Amino acid sequence: MNTVVKHRLFWPVAMLVVLLLSNLIFTPTFFNVEVRDGHLYGSLVDIVRFGAPLIMVALGMTLVIATGGIDLSVGSVVAICGALACWRISEQGDQNSVGGVLVAVALALGLALLLGAWNGFLVAVVGIQPIIATLILMVAGRGLAQLITDGQIITINSSPYKRIGGGYLWTVPVAILIALAVMALAVLLTRRTALGMLIESVGGNAEASRLAGIHSRRITLMAYIVAGLCAGIAGLMISSNVSSADGNNAGLWYELDAILAVVIGGTSLAGGRFSIAGTVVGALLIQTLTTTIYTTGIPPETTLLFKALVVTIVCLVQSPAFRAKVFQGRRRRPAAPPAGPTAATTEKVEVPA
Amino acid sequence: MTTFADVRSRLARPQQRKYLPLYATLALLALMYGSGVVQYEAFSDPQVVLNVFIDNGFLLVVAVGMTFVILTGGIDLSVGSVVALTTMVSAALLEQAHWPAFVVLPIALLIGPTLGFAMGCIIHYFEIQPFIVTLAGMFLARGLCYSIGTESIRINDPFWTSMGDAIHIGEYRISASVIIALVVVLVAAYVLAFTRFGRNTYAIGGNPRSAHLMGLPIARTRIGVYTISGFCSALGGVLFTFYLPSGNSLHAIGMELDAIAAVVIGGTLLTGGSGFVLGTVLGVLVLGLIQTLINFDGRLSSWWTRIVIGVLLFAFILLQRLITPRKR
Repeated sequence: MNTVVKHRLFWPVAMLVVLLLSNLIFTPTFFNVEVRDGHLYGSLVDIVRFGAPLIMVALGMTLVIATGGIDLSVGSVVAICGALACWRISEQGDQNSVGGVLVAVALALGLALLLGAWNGFLVAVVGIQPIIATLILMVAGRGLAQLITDGQIITINSSPYKRIGGGYLWTVPVAILIALAVMALAVLLTRRTALGMLIESVGGNAEASRLAGIHSRRITLMAYIVAGLCAGIAGLMISSNVSSADGNNAGLWYELDAILAVVIGGTSLAGGRFSIAGTVVGALLIQTLTTTIYTTGIPPETTLLFKALVVTIVCLVQSPAFRAKVFQGRRRRPAAPPAGPTAATTEKVEVPA
Repeated sequence: MTTFADVRSRLARPQQRKYLPLYATLALLALMYGSGVVQYEAFSDPQVVLNVFIDNGFLLVVAVGMTFVILTGGIDLSVGSVVALTTMVSAALLEQAHWPAFVVLPIALLIGPTLGFAMGCIIHYFEIQPFIVTLAGMFLARGLCYSIGTESIRINDPFWTSMGDAIHIGEYRISASVIIALVVVLVAAYVLAFTRFGRNTYAIGGNPRSAHLMGLPIARTRIGVYTISGFCSALGGVLFTFYLPSGNSLHAIGMELDAIAAVVIGGTLLTGGSGFVLGTVLGVLVLGLIQTLINFDGRLSSWWTRIVIGVLLFAFILLQRLITPRKR
């Protein structure tokens, strides 16, 4: 029992279970999952389906945070990619042509790669603090998205595109399948190859990793590219689900939700160790929270209050200083002087030439 | 880690270097203003510049608070939400609870510092990154806004509306907000340059470890800057309601980005320890002039503002990168 409680995924999973069970009180049919018209239906399916974009963004964010960085631009990338895909589809004569949709998707994902590479370049090659480097794209990105949509909300009517976020394949929503595939790929690449260890070592100490013969720059660059790509896929899912692209509001505050999901999942913001399973649980937790608030009739405006509470609690519990002060009283003083977490972490993420 | 070489390189650094970003911003400002005057006849009217101050008075105050936080090497993401919360609380108390203005004003001004103080304490005592703590503060303040109400509340209070009136000086007009904002700038500049608290702020941003070893009051200073930033956001929120007499939970979304951008363009190092309030004023003016130029042009859409700000942000961060010597 003790080992179960000590497991780092215990608390997030426990919270998720409690939230799900509390739903059962308000909606007794909450756990019902049925197949209707060859489609999977049910509240649980909806949670995963609407949570899929967040899972995608949070997966990419996990890798970036694992290298000791952070990516604030994912929300903007979501908006840009949705906008580009929808614009491309709206420009073509036959919106239902599969070829045209594929071209649009490829274009959008290509742009996402490029945007991720830009962030990675600024962080890994130029050596700018990650928060600041990605802030640039966060600010300019919304403008770019509106530039693509010309300030309008582009509405499209394309059934092949609609399938990405709203369609079904083998009775399962396509969005869930995509998220599962990316998740599996991420786990496979990071846990079955040396890649995961390399990322953790770069996050732990970029300089030491470089001296040990790891291409820290290349690893960091790759993490941001993957984050961009994941955000791009999420952008496609979101815009496809509503068949429209809104440069202003698509993916608004997604970066914050994604960071929250990663933190809840037990990945430390200081970099070094990461847990993909934890991130997925974190993302599901956030989505369940949102769904719960809607179904139980609590005013949806309070979602943000809950999130604030969750972020604070999770961060406090993760903080060694808090544990030392609260759980062990004043007997053992923390060894390090309160020299400032910012200085320590920013020094760590700087990648030297 | 401070090594001897690090200290030496710091000492050997020409003092002029810290003014370089300031000169760059000044040059940029002159260039922008000059190009405006050349292109548009009406641009040379001094009222254009005064309007930039009128339209950005609240941003100026918020950015001054942000300057303090960034000087210590931290960041405050909660400012936009605190501005919105202040507008919402003042509007709700004035128009729905019908409290008199002289009671509402202090309450509105107290929200920000209280939140800032709490965030500062968490950041300092529990050693959690400022980024994530102020992010939680941002959620909290915005969430509180929504729980007060999702509808926009119009403010009709005579004191509030009278504060929004233009003040005529000769043939030009400014607003009370501009005067308040300039007073805030002067006080902030004085505090940073001539008081012990200001010196401590720079010292912590320069090197927290050596500041600690020198026995500087780190706790007081660090919590102090977040409280100041909170107060500036609250004051910014009040000025916002003078400018736009309404409370709305959607006010000032993304203002934290504008404030950070203004501080960075104004030449304050994001790693802390170097920068001036005057630079922040210039940064806010640059942002305001971009908006004005785009309005004058008429052909460019408003979203170009964000793109241009992004490009400028990039250029200035790159400049910062070039002038700061690499550590170790």
